[in-house]
Amino acid sequence: MNAVVEFRPRDAGCGDAPVLRERGQREVFCGLTGIIWLHRKIQDAFFLVVGSRTCAHLIQSAAGVMIFAEPRFATAIIDDRDLAGLADANDELDRVVGRLLDRRPDIKLLFLVGSCPSEVIKLDLHRAAERLDGLHRGRTRVLNYSGSGIETTFTQGEDACLAALVPELPAAAPGAAPDLLLVGTVADIVEDQFLRTFRAMGIERVAAFPPRRSSELPAVGPNTRVLLMQPFLGDTVRMLEARGAKRIAAPFPFGEEGTTLWMRAAADAFRVPTNRFEQVIEPQRERARAGIARYREVLAGRSIFFFPDSQLELPLARFLARELGMRPLEVGTPYLHRQLLAEELELLPEGTRLSEGQDVERQLDRCHEARPDIVVCGLGLANPLEARGITTKWSIELVFSPVHGFDQAGDLAELFARPFNRRERLKALEGQV
Amino acid sequence: MQLTLWTYEGPPHVGAMRVATALEDVHYVLHAPQGDTYADLLFTMIERLPKRPPVTYTTFQARDLGGDTAELFKNAAREAHERFKPAAMMVGASCTAELIQDDPGGLAAALDLPIPVVTLELPSYQKKENWGAAETFYQMVRGLAGPHAPALGTPRAPRADGARPSCNILGPTALGFRHRDDVREIRSLLEAIGIEVRVVAPQGATAADLARLGEADFNVVLYPETAQSAANWLHRAFGQPFTRTIPIGAIATREFIAEVAALASIDNDTAQTAGGSRAPWYSRSVDSTYLTGKRVFVFGDGTHAVAAARVAAEEFGFSVVGIGTYSREFAREVRAAAEKYGVEALITDDYLEVEARVAELQPELVLGTQMERHIAKRLGVPCAVISAPVHVQDFPARYAPQMGFEGANVLFDTWVHPLMMGLEEHLLGMFREDFEFHDGAAASHLGHGSARPQPPQPESPITVGEAAAMAAGIATSAPAGELVPGEPVWAGEAQRELGKIPFFVRGKAKRNTERYASEHGVGLITLETLYEAKAHFGR
Repeated sequence: MNAVVEFRPRDAGCGDAPVLRERGQREVFCGLTGIIWLHRKIQDAFFLVVGSRTCAHLIQSAAGVMIFAEPRFATAIIDDRDLAGLADANDELDRVVGRLLDRRPDIKLLFLVGSCPSEVIKLDLHRAAERLDGLHRGRTRVLNYSGSGIETTFTQGEDACLAALVPELPAAAPGAAPDLLLVGTVADIVEDQFLRTFRAMGIERVAAFPPRRSSELPAVGPNTRVLLMQPFLGDTVRMLEARGAKRIAAPFPFGEEGTTLWMRAAADAFRVPTNRFEQVIEPQRERARAGIARYREVLAGRSIFFFPDSQLELPLARFLARELGMRPLEVGTPYLHRQLLAEELELLPEGTRLSEGQDVERQLDRCHEARPDIVVCGLGLANPLEARGITTKWSIELVFSPVHGFDQAGDLAELFARPFNRRERLKALEGQV
Repeated sequence: MQLTLWTYEGPPHVGAMRVATALEDVHYVLHAPQGDTYADLLFTMIERLPKRPPVTYTTFQARDLGGDTAELFKNAAREAHERFKPAAMMVGASCTAELIQDDPGGLAAALDLPIPVVTLELPSYQKKENWGAAETFYQMVRGLAGPHAPALGTPRAPRADGARPSCNILGPTALGFRHRDDVREIRSLLEAIGIEVRVVAPQGATAADLARLGEADFNVVLYPETAQSAANWLHRAFGQPFTRTIPIGAIATREFIAEVAALASIDNDTAQTAGGSRAPWYSRSVDSTYLTGKRVFVFGDGTHAVAAARVAAEEFGFSVVGIGTYSREFAREVRAAAEKYGVEALITDDYLEVEARVAELQPELVLGTQMERHIAKRLGVPCAVISAPVHVQDFPARYAPQMGFEGANVLFDTWVHPLMMGLEEHLLGMFREDFEFHDGAAASHLGHGSARPQPPQPESPITVGEAAAMAAGIATSAPAGELVPGEPVWAGEAQRELGKIPFFVRGKAKRNTERYASEHGVGLITLETLYEAKAHFGR
């Protein structure tokens, strides 16, 4: 039986590494994009963006395909009548929400989602949500958050949504036994694996947030221990801490090592005996190692360059470097939350260039100069880079696929191996026009 | 405020991007918040362009709003000029930047760049993508060709003796529905007739090309949605006439040839020998008899909807039972066409309204956009796509124009493909109880992957209104099975008989029977009612 992986000594890693901070054109999504997965996660929730035609077009386009099960999101498009004051924006909103809830009486939780235009014209969606909540009391709870691009980048939209939901969580009974709260949206199957594994360790009181139905909100209190499944949830953690919960510091559950350290941090907090912990996770670790090993040959020694996108960049670079032997040249992230990522930074190979924010033109210059073997980037950049002979991996797929945990570690590695595999298979096409 | 689930068109600045991306050496500096860069993926993913759209976004954030967003814009414009060295620049604002009123035009002018800079005023809260594309193209044409225009009222000099007649092709943009192939088809047709094509714009044109648009004898307007206002201006400024016929379908292509022959002073009979299409003969051949009177619903942008309806009626022998458009700018043309077919035009950009109309009409074929493809799929109706908004499938690897003679062939193939073939349809009708002819079975040539989703199969009596509402995902107040005053109810035996009718005509039979029952005050639909209705309406 293998020993549990230990943290590296503090003299290595990127804990104190300088960060290149840039301001310029940012080629990233805004927080509204999170609605694409959030509206499927919470099955009785509806997301109403109060914004412009651009907002509606963004959500429809960002998914790459239109999801044509009836979507649980829509846009209330502000028009010139609202701006000119010919129509009272709040009356209009009441009308739109009324129509929506008549159509979808199954909706129990409605989020009014702020956008760039609604923020700029200072439409108070918090007050609007309170008013609408009163109007539809007993039937639909109405909350608000902002997914605007002026305030949020891509996955920060989920953070804002969950932070808005935290005050709705029931209070744990005084003196309640300690409970574990797994926070962040991951695939249902992964969430079930995690819940099962923690229960097998003897942590019976474990729940996930957000829940799949708004009626299943977990309780929170001073004995709640929060374990983040996603690294981009700074505001949500702050709100949970304000309710007395305490965060368990850990790297994130990507790869065999990351998942082990992540689970061990929780196990330690709940005083799970070491032998029981190892007994539960060892078969899973074994599977994860086997799953990853298959791709090591393809990926080891290859260099990788991350454009900022989902804030998953650091944990992913750590996984690829330590478990697959890849060489991260630059790891760009839209926002570096030092506290939440402290353990990740320690594990990242020394000398990795970290960049925060973006000036896309300069970063492209650096990328072309660095000539990485593979580039992780958004959909706007991928084909133009491929056309210049650079192998790419779309970052959005990393947010939309089950990649967390032991049993997905191999799948996560495969997502990075596939572009190389494909290039190899299509070798005969090179130079063809 | 308008409640929107899916949109047919993006905001007007996306229309401007379609023009900027189509042009060769023009850069667009867009004052826009972080997040608006999503629009790049429309071009790089849907159209699979190997280059980024030539657009620089200022991507301002909340912290910039308190500071100097105007300075941010000036820096972005200055740096874009240095880096990309465009021959001309377009500047403008997206919806959010419009609200902060930084005046991109004035700021760019203050930079005193050594290239023409065209300011775009695109009101995001009133207008949409196609309008934005048309306005942008018009402003670019006016800005770059304007300085070469003769004094107003100067008559156009006649073409020199012996000079080849020439034209420009106006309208094709990036992200256009089959623009790539339409241009190739029409260009080769014009050249076969003996007309020189000087400039195609915006697709593939440089700033210098736009400047010399006035040189050609006339303009060919392929897409009025994007080129009408530019063509009108060129007509006023240079006296250039332009074409009105959209060459979609074999008949319209012949008319188009006649129109350009007249504009180019070429003999029409000779011009007509430039090409031909197989589609008219295929349509007249006896195996196409089964297409007769198929009920078709048409929806798209104004130009494609009107053209498709005409081709459906005159070249396929279909019955147009509904026509509509999401382009309000072309409502007049679509209403005129609707009148021709004796139907009411549906002018809306609300996809739910379109879905309700399709559910109500129960057509046998939908000719629509990707939105209608989804609606049709859900309702179990065959569909072919005829118009933008585009999808990655609308950029086929093969040559597949919609216009010209080859376009007519493509229409024939793509519209017939989703339908059940003639004899197969008969066999299904005769032997409904064959276990392999169940409703989920698709037409044999469509393979196993395309089984039809089941339309709602009522166990209890159900009304048309409810069926439509259910199909559209709308909750109705009356639960199924409850009697609704004034709406007929199906008896069990009649309901079972209805189930024996093949699914592709069942909707029509159901609708006709219920209409017959309502009109004749029949409360309970029996077997007799079903057949009385059949006799009343005919097939």
